[in-house]
Amino acid sequence: MPQQSTPKKQIHLAAHFPGVNNTTVWSDPASGSHIEFSSFVEFAQIAEAGKFDFLFLAEGLRLREQGGEIYDLDVVGRPDTFTVLAALAAVTDHLGLTGTINSTFNEPYEVARQFASLDHLSGGRAAWNVVTSWDAFTGENFRRGGYLPQDQRYERAQTFLRTAQELWDTWRGEEILADKVTGHFLSTPTPGLFEHHDSQFDIKGQFNVPRSPQGRPVIFQAGDSEQGREFAASGADAIFSRHSLLEDGQAFYADLKGRLAKYGRERDDLLILPAATFVLGDTDTEAAELAREVRLQQVSPATAIKFLEQLWNTDLSAHDPDGPLPTIDPVESDVDGLIAKGRASVRRHEDRLSEANRWRALAAAKGLTTREVIVEVTSRQNFVGSPETVAATIDSYVQADAADGYILVPHITPGGLAPFVDKVVPLLQERGVFRTEYTGATLRDNLGLRTPSIERSATASPAAS
Amino acid sequence: MSTPPSPADRIRLAVALDGAGSHPAAWREPEARADELFTAGYWVDLVTEAEQGLVDLVTIEDGLSLQTEDRPRPGPDPRTDRVRGRLDAVLVASRVAPLTRHIGLVPTAVVTHTEPFHLSKAIATLDYVSGGRAGVRVRVATQQRDAALFGRRDLTDLTYADLDTPAGAARLRDLFDEAADYVEVLRRLWDSWEDDAEIRDVATGRFIDRDKVHYIDFEGRWFSVKGPSITPRPPQGQPVVAALAHRSVPFELVGRTTDLGFVTPHETSQIGPILDEIRSAQAAAGRDEETVHVFGDLVVVLDESEAAAQDRLARLDEAAGEAYRCDADIFTGTPAALADRLADWHAAGLSGFRLRPAALPDDLRRITRGLAPELQRRGLFHDRYEASTLRGLLGLPRPANRYAA
Repeated sequence: MPQQSTPKKQIHLAAHFPGVNNTTVWSDPASGSHIEFSSFVEFAQIAEAGKFDFLFLAEGLRLREQGGEIYDLDVVGRPDTFTVLAALAAVTDHLGLTGTINSTFNEPYEVARQFASLDHLSGGRAAWNVVTSWDAFTGENFRRGGYLPQDQRYERAQTFLRTAQELWDTWRGEEILADKVTGHFLSTPTPGLFEHHDSQFDIKGQFNVPRSPQGRPVIFQAGDSEQGREFAASGADAIFSRHSLLEDGQAFYADLKGRLAKYGRERDDLLILPAATFVLGDTDTEAAELAREVRLQQVSPATAIKFLEQLWNTDLSAHDPDGPLPTIDPVESDVDGLIAKGRASVRRHEDRLSEANRWRALAAAKGLTTREVIVEVTSRQNFVGSPETVAATIDSYVQADAADGYILVPHITPGGLAPFVDKVVPLLQERGVFRTEYTGATLRDNLGLRTPSIERSATASPAAS
Repeated sequence: MSTPPSPADRIRLAVALDGAGSHPAAWREPEARADELFTAGYWVDLVTEAEQGLVDLVTIEDGLSLQTEDRPRPGPDPRTDRVRGRLDAVLVASRVAPLTRHIGLVPTAVVTHTEPFHLSKAIATLDYVSGGRAGVRVRVATQQRDAALFGRRDLTDLTYADLDTPAGAARLRDLFDEAADYVEVLRRLWDSWEDDAEIRDVATGRFIDRDKVHYIDFEGRWFSVKGPSITPRPPQGQPVVAALAHRSVPFELVGRTTDLGFVTPHETSQIGPILDEIRSAQAAAGRDEETVHVFGDLVVVLDESEAAAQDRLARLDEAAGEAYRCDADIFTGTPAALADRLADWHAAGLSGFRLRPAALPDDLRRITRGLAPELQRRGLFHDRYEASTLRGLLGLPRPANRYAA
């Protein structure tokens, strides 16, 4: 291998506690509880043993439904994000704690104080994946209902985040003296003073959590639309993306990094971290066979029909999963008329007929049944092979600017990450692209992100007037 | 009115944790860890100390607004000599939970502006991470400064003087009716999954039995919530709900919806009438058969002698620049004298006490190392944790699910 003129990029790795979807093979005898705290402890401690940057939790604020019934084929049920992350802070020392929290069904004051509290309680390990939604379906669980027009969701998310950042910055870190001799607990009588008025929020008062170790938690963004990309480029520290393949990843990476300059940001100020699954075997052939088995477990005949209905947007319960795709065309609809509710992936089907025709072309070209089409088009498997192959692939993708690292989603909870930690991590360490010890005091340090100054935060926001 | 039935008629003890202690000058005491109030280690040490003294539960104070003194003038409080700032109490409790094993964890949560759906799953999760030791003390927010943090409604300040006017009384009634609705939603959401809803039936490919997961369809004056919860039914089934109450409308909330009320008598003769009000509300809500504990709240300044305790209170008051006054009675004296007081009030019908240490950790240690052994000697307190859940410690059964067929 030729001597490189620049040091190799260091890889970031994160562990996604499997969420509520068909990635998890709950029928496997090795699959444990998704709700008992012991599963979260085991999962987090495996990730920390592997020197992972952080643990990641997704969120869904209403149980998913399909055809008017609660969806029962996948894992259902999860804990409150903030509460379980605070508890995990007690059983880990270095692992970052990233929570997905919705900006539509929360208020900035409350979320800012929860993240600031989590950052204090974890010694600077908190991160927030800012997501947004607008559907009235989820809104039925909340005081405010489903009031938000779809085109306002990024405006809400952006102003929500900016407002939270204002709240965190109201304490600058010098306010608490706790001087028993002079009797001054505070250096100023007005810590936390704020007043914020815009189209979404009309709030004022004094923020009641002192500045936390990271000042602000690390900010993740997960959207993929044009608006979502600008939102991420303007102020996020990292992106949780779906673009985990090489060329797709490179295109996304170049696009996002290219948007930073106009916000006065450097290339290293935004990390691109796609979600990725993995299947390991002793050999590449064995891994490929295992991967095929896992896919068939993930897409049972019943699950295949449910996925089919999500695109066709109509009841296909009588359809034969082992037969060809339906001959009827999909039913177009707005969000409220979808057969599947509470699922972000379904909302992404914008042109159902074109997508159905792509599936039909695939089926024709490869001679696939309905279930086989679903297995292929919903594939989430990224890194399949021997540990050597997987380590080499991840390293090459990162060095080729397809990503800055990966957020790994095992298909077995809670132990599914252990083979990766035992077999792949040492190989990445040998390659000199992954840490052997934690070096930073905070998550932000471990991610190699600069500490945001209070002044800088004010200019990083393009919509600030 | 009967006293609450409990499996063992021992005194239950709660300790209220708030910053450096309940006295405003507590942070200036030599033992105070004033510069660590926002660290996890501080809270872990306090709750661990309480657990070593077999305390049944700790409450953790919280509020939305920055603390302020009661003052007539609007705007920021000009003082710099008091503790300011708080961490979210639910998260503090959760951070402490994995490092403790027996003690109940009851954070305070404001129910006036927040979302019942979020709080329900947060407390359910606290119950999971603590193995069945979660509760929540619900609190209303009466001030405009709290409303302004959310910007969703206007509330003019509600002062003690207002409560005696018809308009003020109506506002108070509204706030507590909303709180009662809120608790109803918490409870329905906790029951929205039956205990055996997760079936993992490989033959049919079903992870849950959807017939055992229920919409709650709550519709009220202030909010409606569809359900079900995203979090399965917590280990205790129903975590413990508590409230602090000083007058009739809050007493009614205690009787209608809670498992545990904290009340603030200043003398023995006040206990009976308070209990009568709570038991009446309990009966009116059809809850005669259920146990509703009523604990007396006391601020405690404890020392080796009564004189030493009084000296310490005087020192605290001098540092604060004024005599300490608050809603609860302030007890000054020895642990043995406190045990006398608790025994008297227990005999008068209170099933337990929530002690507010004036200064932390001093008065907490006097509770765990002085009061607790003293009560044990008198046969009034347990000598080991006799149950693994908070409901168990309070003698409350694990309740049936309201939605189970």
